[in-house]
Amino acid sequence: MNGRWFTASADDELTIYERSRGGRRAFVPPELDVPKRALDQLLAPELRRSEPPRLPELSEPEIVRHYNRLSKRNFDLDTGFYPLGSCTMKHNPKLHERVAALPGHSKLHPLQDPAHAQGALELMWRLQQELADVAGLPHVSLQPSAGSHGELAGVLLTRAYHEDHGERRTKVLTPDTAHGTNPATVTMGGYEVVKVGTDKRGNVDLDDLRAKATDEVACLMLTNPSTVGLFEEGIEEIAHIVHGVGATLYYDGANLNAIMGISRPGDMGFDIVHFNLHKSFTQPHGGGGPGAGPIAVSDRIEPYLPRPQVVRREPAEGDGAAPFYDLDHDRPKSIGRLRGFQGNYGVFVRSYAYIRSLGAAGLREVSEVAVLNANYLLARLKGEGLAQYLPAAYDRICMHEFVLSGAPMKRELQIRTLDLAKRLLDHGVHPPTVYFPLIVDEALLIEPTETESKETLDRFVEVVADILREARDDPSVAQNAPYTTPVRRLDEAGAARRPVVRQPM
Amino acid sequence: MPDPSYPDDLLYHAEHDWARVEGEQATLGITWYAQDQLGEVVFFETPEVGRQVRKDEPYAEVESVKAVSDVISPLSGVVVAVNDSLKDQPETINEDPYGEGWLVKIKLSDPSEGDALMKADAYEATLQ
Repeated sequence: MNGRWFTASADDELTIYERSRGGRRAFVPPELDVPKRALDQLLAPELRRSEPPRLPELSEPEIVRHYNRLSKRNFDLDTGFYPLGSCTMKHNPKLHERVAALPGHSKLHPLQDPAHAQGALELMWRLQQELADVAGLPHVSLQPSAGSHGELAGVLLTRAYHEDHGERRTKVLTPDTAHGTNPATVTMGGYEVVKVGTDKRGNVDLDDLRAKATDEVACLMLTNPSTVGLFEEGIEEIAHIVHGVGATLYYDGANLNAIMGISRPGDMGFDIVHFNLHKSFTQPHGGGGPGAGPIAVSDRIEPYLPRPQVVRREPAEGDGAAPFYDLDHDRPKSIGRLRGFQGNYGVFVRSYAYIRSLGAAGLREVSEVAVLNANYLLARLKGEGLAQYLPAAYDRICMHEFVLSGAPMKRELQIRTLDLAKRLLDHGVHPPTVYFPLIVDEALLIEPTETESKETLDRFVEVVADILREARDDPSVAQNAPYTTPVRRLDEAGAARRPVVRQPM
Repeated sequence: MPDPSYPDDLLYHAEHDWARVEGEQATLGITWYAQDQLGEVVFFETPEVGRQVRKDEPYAEVESVKAVSDVISPLSGVVVAVNDSLKDQPETINEDPYGEGWLVKIKLSDPSEGDALMKADAYEATLQ
């Protein structure tokens, strides 16, 4: 037996397959209470395995200990501060887990007939109404399962809209600050990406936009507030330019947490909006669970929404019956299905619980405090000998997140943004997003969220100050960090150049 | 990693690419500044020999641990050779950006385009 067997914290936990021993079980099935039938009576030969699958064989305590040990090595939101910009790592209220675990939600079969799933369909319909309110756009589809999936839906809707109007457009505009998923989605949707520049204040460069907005352009995909954490001051003019050439305006909802209940994408002129329920509406994410990327659209885009749509059918007048919640497949212009079944239902339950717990005033307060926290943190980081090494990329009031540049720190203290990020781990802080957006040298994108206390934000400032002080004395400390994590600095280049992607079983 | 340097015998493009012009041919690569900004290069997608490249337009992609970036051609022409050793050792671009880390050689279609490129000191001034 090797030394790795009992280790709880060394960096060489065995895999579940290495722990497997033939014949061990964690479960004994109940005795058969129906007539036994031979396998060849149940399955045709071509459907049967020639040998059993190689599944790990372990006892229950072995499984529990293995995964419990692994979970303790994880850095997660329930352990510490996680200011990962544009990812909105806010606290996920535990009430939501209780509600999502109710058997009526968790045990529902996705193929259940709508007549026997009225509660679930009603919840989905009501969530659609709430999201429509937040977006300021009347029609919602819950199908897309992630932000990028919502983007793909948006691009496909744009294509369907133009084709239905007899047009074949070839280009989609994205700002040079866009999330990488925007250009990736555009390419996947069969369009050519055209980048629009950013001006000195961090806004979309309107002159560049005017020059590139032609009748070949199908859509502008925009994040507002942008990925540099700033509200697009020219949003009305942007919408005017984009609509002027007949293109659609797409809202990437990654940063919705800054504006809920304050301003609405629909009022700004957006035609299509995606939400990240896992960001703004508290689904555990980042390796912690599935996401959901519903979309909201304007009237002119509605005919093309994915199929089926969750609808409420009103009873005939005066017959006293309750409304019937149904799946509407009769959508001839629809772009079709985007996934099996109706979406990630558990996420809908959590998000609905969140919206109903807070109410409209509460949602607005979420955004107000998210913006307040970010501005407080930014103001603190501007002082105390920090700003000379980590200046703000744009000198403006920020929204729910902000960008610092580590370029002076790299030049004067010989530690890069990556080194600072790794050293933060030794202080029990998850690093912010680094090296994004691409237009800021040695970027750090910091999003504290509304659920962090003043004490946590103050502590973060102290930790950053400590790391900079330490680097003045000896940059090699940060350069070789982290020291206290289950694994030390990983060879990211080696992992990309010579990946080992197969697990021997 | 080598120290910053911008050799005098090269011509430079504002998108951080260099060209070593020899008669009707030029060798192309990315500058020390570009490889430093990228961080460790993990993949270089080589273009095909015979491919047309145009000045100021992307002709290849370079992937680092941070991002995938376009490589912009400083001059126009046709690719006559690619540095195949980068397939297995893309890190050469970081280690020796002006030597073993060259990317492609092209046959120039308009050698006068070189007049619009920068000398080393002018390029270095843009980095300040």
